[in-house]
Amino acid sequence: MTAATSTAGSAGRARRKAVRTDVRRRIGERRITPYLFIAPHLILFAIFILYPFFLGIWISFHRIRGFGTEGPFVGLGTYERLFNRFNFPEFANTLWNTILFVGMSTPLLIVIALFLANLLNQRFRGRSFFRSVYFVPWTLSVAVVGLTWWWMFNGGGPIPQVLNSVFGGTPNWLGSNPWAWITILIATLWWTIGFNTIILLAGMQAIAVDLYEAAAIDGANKWQQFRHITLPALRPVLLLVITLQIIASFQLMGQPQIITGGDPAPNETTPVMLHIFNVGFTGTNPDRSMAAAMALIVAAIMLVVSVVNFRFFSSERS
Amino acid sequence: MATAIGRGLERDQPVELQAVGHKPRRLLLNRIFLYALLTLIALFFIVPMIIVLSTSFKLQEEVFTDPGLIPRDPGLENYQQLLSGNAPFFRWFLNSAIVATLGTALTVLLTSLSAYAFARIDFRFKGVLFSLLIATLLLPAVMFLVPQSVLIAQMGLYDQLPAFMLPHLAGVFGVFFMRQFFLGIPVELEEAAYVDGANRLKTFWSVILPLAGPAIATLSVITFLAFWNDYLWPLVVCQQNCTLPPGLRTLQGQFTAEYGLLMAGAVVAAVPVLIVYILAQRWIVQSVTSSGVKG
Repeated sequence: MTAATSTAGSAGRARRKAVRTDVRRRIGERRITPYLFIAPHLILFAIFILYPFFLGIWISFHRIRGFGTEGPFVGLGTYERLFNRFNFPEFANTLWNTILFVGMSTPLLIVIALFLANLLNQRFRGRSFFRSVYFVPWTLSVAVVGLTWWWMFNGGGPIPQVLNSVFGGTPNWLGSNPWAWITILIATLWWTIGFNTIILLAGMQAIAVDLYEAAAIDGANKWQQFRHITLPALRPVLLLVITLQIIASFQLMGQPQIITGGDPAPNETTPVMLHIFNVGFTGTNPDRSMAAAMALIVAAIMLVVSVVNFRFFSSERS
Repeated sequence: MATAIGRGLERDQPVELQAVGHKPRRLLLNRIFLYALLTLIALFFIVPMIIVLSTSFKLQEEVFTDPGLIPRDPGLENYQQLLSGNAPFFRWFLNSAIVATLGTALTVLLTSLSAYAFARIDFRFKGVLFSLLIATLLLPAVMFLVPQSVLIAQMGLYDQLPAFMLPHLAGVFGVFFMRQFFLGIPVELEEAAYVDGANRLKTFWSVILPLAGPAIATLSVITFLAFWNDYLWPLVVCQQNCTLPPGLRTLQGQFTAEYGLLMAGAVVAAVPVLIVYILAQRWIVQSVTSSGVKG
């Protein structure tokens, strides 16, 4: 979390201990000066983050439909509607889809990133070239990633074409499960694995070389070195990556929207984020209040998951 | 923990042991196996992009009859149709370019100003305000989607350029990021300027900002990528006057089976960020490892 450290260098870090971060007001300086510095950003923050924080709760307690911004107060009415037998099954189903995706994608994206980082953490020519290549898709928009893999797995697209000519058949990737989920997982892997890999790789490079040398002299093989030196030393970085991955996977939305359209019916690959979008922003009469209520519940779940995750890892450490 | 990561990145030295007791022949085999594996994995990342590029040069009727990686008769028809056709594609491209550049410049300016005060000047409620800002970093973005879009509608900004930028300009990450950097700059450098009679703003502008080059570069690059690639937010606040990513989604709905055309759209959306990546890779990698941001 210290940008200064990585940019100013280790010399900067050593220096920082001696540095005074002088924060006193200077003689003759007006009291208002610091407030003028923070004001432009703080005003935007108040309008576009602080106010919407409360507005979201307000909306969920009112009945706002269509494209209006006003509606009657209904108290917990929206939540009651959400949990009735018409609306709840779809919410529960899509929430389950998201949890399913978190469960499938997190181990996959961590284990493979560990493997790639370990592979790149060796001395060979072209190392940074391969690192760059693995990271490229991360810079693309989900819209580009979605279109790419939608075409790759499309009925007449490249992958079914190859499978047809080699095996004489292909599954219906985009319209049947488990293939639709596998498509979404592959697209997500392609898009984001480089991110996890780079963080883990940097973490591995911070491990002292002497440890490996000592282990090698003692006859430890590569796997033993990885298991008993790399993994334990990497624990804090792993915690960071796993937490970020769970949060990112929870936000799944664009890939299924563009690649599978939520199919196979009924909404088998629709994650809860896409459901919130569909309810709150599509059709002729979008239900803003319902979308806001669902978003608040999902946000609460995400917060709990993050906290539990941190607790779990820090207690395991001690 | 990130300190450790940053340190590793700086050293940027692979930590492999000189093979202890390995025979040269086995070492050579290992190398061949390693490169084969690395190349195979690289192909997984590269080939889909080549396929998309290749498809974009094929006419609709060629897409299925000419499945090869290299088009038999490549043409720019899809690109011409995109940029001249009835679809407001060119408008989207322009919007994306404006939003990404202007948004980045404003983000850097606003967050640097604020971060400087939080790093260097003592004032009342500083601690409370900073904690408030940081606390919102932890809140899941999903809970802001509906209220922010309702707010944009209230302000009459639906389908307008400022709508794509404003909520992001209020983002807190830059303040946190720049403050960390400013804290590492020795105060003595500022005091020299102060003795010369410069006021705070002048000091900030002529002493601090020039020193913050690397941090500004890093923040600029990731902010640019975030604006250019933003999908969900513009999707909920635009109808006609969109940016490229939601525009691509509109195209997909409009030209469901015109794969060549759609892939051309994807290429146009991808090329600017790929150029930025090639030019500024160092800053991107640094930002990821030093702060664990997810775009």
